[in-house]
Amino acid sequence: MKISYTYFPLWIRHLIVTSFSLLIGLQTPNTLADGSRLTITGSSTVAPLALEMAKRYERQHPGVRIDVQTGGSSRGINDARSGLADIGMVSRALKDNESDLTAHLIALDGISIILHRSNPIAKLTGQEIVDIYTGKVRNWQEVGGPNLAITVVNKAEGRSTLELFLHHFELTNSQIKPNVIIGDNQQGIKTISANPGAIGYVSIGTAEFEVTFGTPIKLLPMGDVESSVANVAQGYYPLSRPLNFVTTTNPSELGQDFLRFAQSLHVKDLVEEQFFVAP
Amino acid sequence: MAYLINQSINRLDRGAFFALGLISLICCSLLGMVIWFLFHESLPVLRGSHAGSFIFDDSWFPLEQRFGVMPMVWASLAIALGATFIATPFGIASAIFLAFYSRGPIKSTFRLLMNILAGVPSVVLGLWGLTELVPIVASIQPPGTSLLTAVLVLSLMILPTVTLTSTAALSAVPPQFLEGAQALGFNQKSVILHIALPAAKAGIISGVLLAIARALGETMVVLMVAGNVVQNPSGLLEPVRALTANIALEMAYAMEDHRASLFFSGLLLTLVVWALAMLSTRFRSLDGRTQ
Repeated sequence: MKISYTYFPLWIRHLIVTSFSLLIGLQTPNTLADGSRLTITGSSTVAPLALEMAKRYERQHPGVRIDVQTGGSSRGINDARSGLADIGMVSRALKDNESDLTAHLIALDGISIILHRSNPIAKLTGQEIVDIYTGKVRNWQEVGGPNLAITVVNKAEGRSTLELFLHHFELTNSQIKPNVIIGDNQQGIKTISANPGAIGYVSIGTAEFEVTFGTPIKLLPMGDVESSVANVAQGYYPLSRPLNFVTTTNPSELGQDFLRFAQSLHVKDLVEEQFFVAP
Repeated sequence: MAYLINQSINRLDRGAFFALGLISLICCSLLGMVIWFLFHESLPVLRGSHAGSFIFDDSWFPLEQRFGVMPMVWASLAIALGATFIATPFGIASAIFLAFYSRGPIKSTFRLLMNILAGVPSVVLGLWGLTELVPIVASIQPPGTSLLTAVLVLSLMILPTVTLTSTAALSAVPPQFLEGAQALGFNQKSVILHIALPAAKAGIISGVLLAIARALGETMVVLMVAGNVVQNPSGLLEPVRALTANIALEMAYAMEDHRASLFFSGLLLTLVVWALAMLSTRFRSLDGRTQ
């Protein structure tokens, strides 16, 4: 059981392993599924949950090894399609051109707008958020806050959080005038907690978790709906997304069994521990 | 004598020649493979319709088919040169201190500190920059993640490179040069300024070039503290995105032309660092000749 936070796609590592094995005259090791081994790759939002599920599954099925690797939803799609991974992790609904894959819903997650805790702003309308992100509003004073420059924190291209955010507010990425661009949720939370004028968006689960640990951030409501795990569960929260395991139409037997396990009541507590919402 | 020894171990020698030669060849061919691989992976976008976009598009929105890399090229150069600009005087001063003014425990402690600084993982320096330096810079002008922050953290990172290579170059100055100068009545300051530094010049320049190469290739620090906004570096306090940070941020999420364009920026970076390394070797061999 291991998790690798790596920037390189699986196939590059396969290439490296393969070339080294060839060089020293070994047979290429078969690192893909062979009945007792499962590779899961994709969204960094889903990975911690998948990791916990995998640990529990491994304990119940000695001899099975499950490898969880992160790299974003696009990688989950790519790897599941190419067969590099048995299961892809994707933190959004499948698109029309991805209908060759099957989605298995394992949890729900919401995206929350977050500010520094010291920021007195309690609520922003959708239009205000759009104005801030497109650079029309550059000071908190203009939306009823203190005289403080706004630091717009945006996500890097390719992240599903960015796609969901853009889609919800009907923006394109080139319209956004960011001051900081971040990679994952943690970098976002660190950036915003260190900057009183910052605004950003991260997964509600992660944000709520950080708040309980005393990180100086706060979650803004969306419209009249409070940003909370509970509201995502009841389906009230507008800015939410499904967390899926995706496979080809015929996953391996082990894969099918793990999918049944991941959608069963055996893992409900794990979903809640990660501040996600069980479907 | 040498001829006799040559005769007796000739067979062994030839074996060693082939074995060592083969190992060296493998190492070299790995480098060749990497370059070929980068080139091959960036081909689709070089041949495609977006090739001109690299230079002529002023921004980077791969999902909207805009692949302007020039702002990031300038940003990378600005960060690397800025860091070198700060690290070089401090590095050479430290090297002079190490080679001429420090003795005994002070010298060994200082050298140890430099070695430790050289070994601090860049992600740790980046974390320090993000939590300590960024808020300070942000109090001048938000967001704090900026060209200046990246330059400051990177200069700390390449300082030991400059110091250690310059110390080595200064120590390699033949003692008779220094003794001769002293015998002629030069004081310490003149010995250093007019004899040691000119004699070690090529070695010092070689070290500085290596430091630039290291700064250009550094990823983690610039990813964490430079702000990653794609724009031409227009001010010290403005956020910028370096080529390396761009690859690290987006590679795992990129497909098709977007992916190929990231490979292309990797190829570009490799070639620049390669040229710097070659130049550095050239300078070092110059140093050998002056002695």
